[in-house]
Amino acid sequence: MTENDLATTENDLECVQVKKHFGSVKAVDDVSFEIPKGSFFSILGPSGCGKTTLMRMIAGFESPTSGDIRIKSKSVIGTPPNRRNVKMVFQHLALFPMMNVYENIAYGLRCAGASKEVIRTKVHDVLERISLPDVANREITQLSGGQKQRIAIARCMVLDPDVLLLDEPLGALDLKLREAMKIELKLLQHQFDTTFVYITHDQSEALVMSDNVAIMNEGKFVQIGTPQELYHNPSAAFVAGFVGDTNRWAGKVTRVENGAVEVATEAGLTMRGSVRGAGTPGVGDTVSAFVRPEFIAAEKSGGSAKPADAAHNVINGKVDSILFNGANSRILVRDGAGELIEADVVLTGGTQDLKPKDDVTLSWSPEQTMSFKV
Amino acid sequence: MMQSDIKRLSLILLFAPFALWIFLLIILPHLGMFYISVQEKVGPRMYEFGLGNYINFFTEPIYWNTLIRTGSMSLLVTVLALLLGFPIAYYIAKIAGNRTRGALFLMCLIPLWVSDLIRAFGWILLLRETGIISTSLQWAGVVNTPIEFLYNDAAVIMGLVYTVILFMIVPLVSTLDGMDNAMIEAGYNLGGNGPTVLRRIIIPYAMPGIVSGCIVVFMLTAGSYLTPILLGGKNSSWFTEQIYDQFITRYNWESGAAFGFLLLAFTSLVVWGGLKLSGQTLNSTVARS
Repeated sequence: MTENDLATTENDLECVQVKKHFGSVKAVDDVSFEIPKGSFFSILGPSGCGKTTLMRMIAGFESPTSGDIRIKSKSVIGTPPNRRNVKMVFQHLALFPMMNVYENIAYGLRCAGASKEVIRTKVHDVLERISLPDVANREITQLSGGQKQRIAIARCMVLDPDVLLLDEPLGALDLKLREAMKIELKLLQHQFDTTFVYITHDQSEALVMSDNVAIMNEGKFVQIGTPQELYHNPSAAFVAGFVGDTNRWAGKVTRVENGAVEVATEAGLTMRGSVRGAGTPGVGDTVSAFVRPEFIAAEKSGGSAKPADAAHNVINGKVDSILFNGANSRILVRDGAGELIEADVVLTGGTQDLKPKDDVTLSWSPEQTMSFKV
Repeated sequence: MMQSDIKRLSLILLFAPFALWIFLLIILPHLGMFYISVQEKVGPRMYEFGLGNYINFFTEPIYWNTLIRTGSMSLLVTVLALLLGFPIAYYIAKIAGNRTRGALFLMCLIPLWVSDLIRAFGWILLLRETGIISTSLQWAGVVNTPIEFLYNDAAVIMGLVYTVILFMIVPLVSTLDGMDNAMIEAGYNLGGNGPTVLRRIIIPYAMPGIVSGCIVVFMLTAGSYLTPILLGGKNSSWFTEQIYDQFITRYNWESGAAFGFLLLAFTSLVVWGGLKLSGQTLNSTVARS
């Protein structure tokens, strides 16, 4: 019991069976999770999955239909948003345009009743920490996108919150800046050593930055885990399909032997796969099989084509098109059944590179064929 | 070459009605009025140049007292219109749903479909000694004798606020509408309570709308004639009434014209002072909304 208590005090944020219903719509349905102190936690899900509602409940703008939200082990149900030590970076940042940078950051401190001296030191400290020491007297409109981003974070961090919520703050930035800000956010999180809860529909943001990611769909958490776990060991078909790129087949099980299945896809391919997720499929059950493009090896078909065996699935096909993207290049292969299969390839620019219409042999291990019972 | 000629021609054609309007209906009459205002009558049909009409205004306390009274009551009307209009505008822009918003806005506009005169008479029907309010108070036994609600400052102010409040609500709704709700939420999230968010975030954000609404309302009120006369009666002492008197009753156009310019100068001065106090410019307020 005492051990349990000790464990819970380590958490900055806990949600216990939180539900939010709007009429008959279950926006958030029985979500429970806990976030240990100082970690970067992401909630990843398609738009409309309820992640924003969940965040608004943590911030206090909505109250849950049932369940409990605890910050530093204290329930905050009924606490108005301005009394919660949870700060939020809004999707469009919501910096105050009628105040300059200094006033924006000082606003929260003024609300807390800090003295002029304290405000001045704290504002300058936090500007140093986000490495923008000279912008205090600038107007918000004079800042670049990335600077605004950092000011929005500084405005929250100056108040020393228990939890910082970020609601897709990178959505409005262009690609290049977004990539740079991902790294910067992670560094800022380390520097401030505060719990970040990051909401996004962009899986690469979630995977790159987070210690833990929760995959949310239709109001429920499907899986919580480290980015690696989610990517390599998805617990449900939704996670396998949502996180990372993947080839997907629907098929029927034709043979089962200790953890491995043989699947006949609807288009008529046969492949071996490993059973993942809940439920053990029996012969005749429908399954979804997922294979990530980077696990599929593509070779020009020649005399040395490997036959399919227990350690390999092998399919012959024709290169349909090449999607060149530097190190992330990919080919689309049309198999005998007429389906397109994606496979990652290395294109060196030499004569050995695959070209459209080449005959190729694709092979991958059954271990990488993640099969979920439908 | 051709292209730029066509462009220039279309610009001239588009601009011409506006220029004509400004020149013929605004600049020319005002020049004429100004010319009249600096004429002094020295004998029958004998005039000479002089500032006598203006000096007359300052030496006769009744004139400048009326102007001060008009000015201060107009300011009071402006403040009341702002205090009443702001919550209404806030409700329309931020709280009401999309469908009710349109309906509420329309309800604000409906009084404009009826002429000023009819609306003022409507108030008279309500407020006069034999009017609806007085009769129903007697019927309810609250008072024994009929009460005259008309012909006092309160009636004038109420009538004016009612007439001009729409011009306060419209610019306020349009500025508040442009405000991201997240900004208000951010205000709370960072620790502000209701009054702080109102004072530090909503009002500063709405400042251009507030100032532009106040300018329009103040100008309309100070220059209004019908409502103060009808609801205030003979004692309303509105400055426009003085101007009317000079022109029509006394047939003293010179003095009337001078009063007209003094009213213009006075209201402009008040507006300028208001802009300076609120740190806004005409460009950022009236021109924007």
